[in-house]
Amino acid sequence: MTALAALIRRDIRIALRVGGGALIGVLFFLTVTVLMPFAVGPDLALLSRLGPAILWLGALLASLLTLDRLFTADHEDGSLDLIVMSRTPLELACAAKALAHWLAAGLPLIIATPVLGLLLNLDGTATLAVAVTLLTGTPALTFTGMIGAALAVTMHRGGLLLAVLVLPLSIPVLIFGVAASQAAIVGPMSFGTPFSILCALSLVSFVIGPFAAAASLRHGLD
Amino acid sequence: MPLIDLANPSRFLALTGRILPWLAGATAILLAIGLYQSALAPDDYQQGATVKIMFIHVPNAWLSMFVWGVMSLAALGTLVWRHPLADVAAKAAAPIGAAFTFLALVTGSLWGRPMWGTYWEWDARLTSVLILFLMYLSLMALWRAVEDPSRAARAAAILTLVGAINIPIIKFSVDWWNTLHQPASVIRMGGPTLDKSFLWPLLVMAIAFSLLFITLHLAAMRNEILRRRVRSLQMMQASRTVFSSEQSASTKMGTA
Repeated sequence: MTALAALIRRDIRIALRVGGGALIGVLFFLTVTVLMPFAVGPDLALLSRLGPAILWLGALLASLLTLDRLFTADHEDGSLDLIVMSRTPLELACAAKALAHWLAAGLPLIIATPVLGLLLNLDGTATLAVAVTLLTGTPALTFTGMIGAALAVTMHRGGLLLAVLVLPLSIPVLIFGVAASQAAIVGPMSFGTPFSILCALSLVSFVIGPFAAAASLRHGLD
Repeated sequence: MPLIDLANPSRFLALTGRILPWLAGATAILLAIGLYQSALAPDDYQQGATVKIMFIHVPNAWLSMFVWGVMSLAALGTLVWRHPLADVAAKAAAPIGAAFTFLALVTGSLWGRPMWGTYWEWDARLTSVLILFLMYLSLMALWRAVEDPSRAARAAAILTLVGAINIPIIKFSVDWWNTLHQPASVIRMGGPTLDKSFLWPLLVMAIAFSLLFITLHLAAMRNEILRRRVRSLQMMQASRTVFSSEQSASTKMGTA
């Protein structure tokens, strides 16, 4: 347990320091959200209707952008080999790394959501709905994305492939995340139905992500 | 255990070389019978002649899921049993499965245009099959990204098993989300609801397309084995060239 806590602390510390790049994700999120009004036009009614979808898409792309960092840096300096060889089960170590990654790169996105909601003319309930669905959905993005990151790190030109591997897996999260926020804002569906499916997707990804990532690290790094 | 016997690629090549012509012949005959029967099948009282698209669409859709199932079994063979032909089977199946999925999507949208009034609808079944198609393509991209076949095989096997979650979602999407695509009418509790005049051609076509898949798959596996042999021969030749040039350089150094 102490080993996992130490791993989480170390990963967060590395991500937040110079060269860590966790906050690049927030910057990218901001930029994508600011680009949208230029693309669809500054019509405030339209923006508030598209707002939840824009925020979800921005968060998805931002989490994809930082996923590459999950294993590459550790692979380059050799600490990934140490983690694979250590006595701590690799599945738990992968889960700890994903948790640390989400705390460093995912949580800031949710903190930034209210500010970006203002830019997109979202009212209080809409912003709250998007923030709550992002809070439940982004862990699923990180944990399924971890599978792609683990596959990508075992091959030399993996960075290019990462987006292609991860995006199809994250479609269900996007569908139910946006559906839940739309249900909370305009209805007619109740918020609970898509939101519980979103929770289920997150829970399933907690189970499958670490095992698949650990398997691909074990088979790939030799 | 025949599966163990097949682990030897030469034996596999010999055996499939003998089976393949028969399989190809049976596929051609069944396809001809199925197409003839579907042409003879009566028009539907609501859908008219477009109902005949079903005879192509449904077997393709079944196979698009079946092929992923075959690849998942092969992935288990790669990861668990290290069967030497499992990754060949998985690699050969991916493009064929992608083609079946593509055909299912195309025939479905051609049928949807006169019936639903639209080529594409973001319905649960259509969306999940589209995701399946994207995953076939990303799997093929993964195979092409790594030079070493055994390393690529293990990465692809893990992605295949993760993607297998999508298959039950596709199967049950029509029951869970009550949207545009009609629910199952052949394999269901309480027997098929399809009329016999449609059911028989459909079954013949389904068997014919399954045989087509097996034929194409075995042929593709043979190609893949031969391709790997060519690759290893080329590598041997390349290393021999390097080795002999190094040797001649060192003998020159020695005489000088």
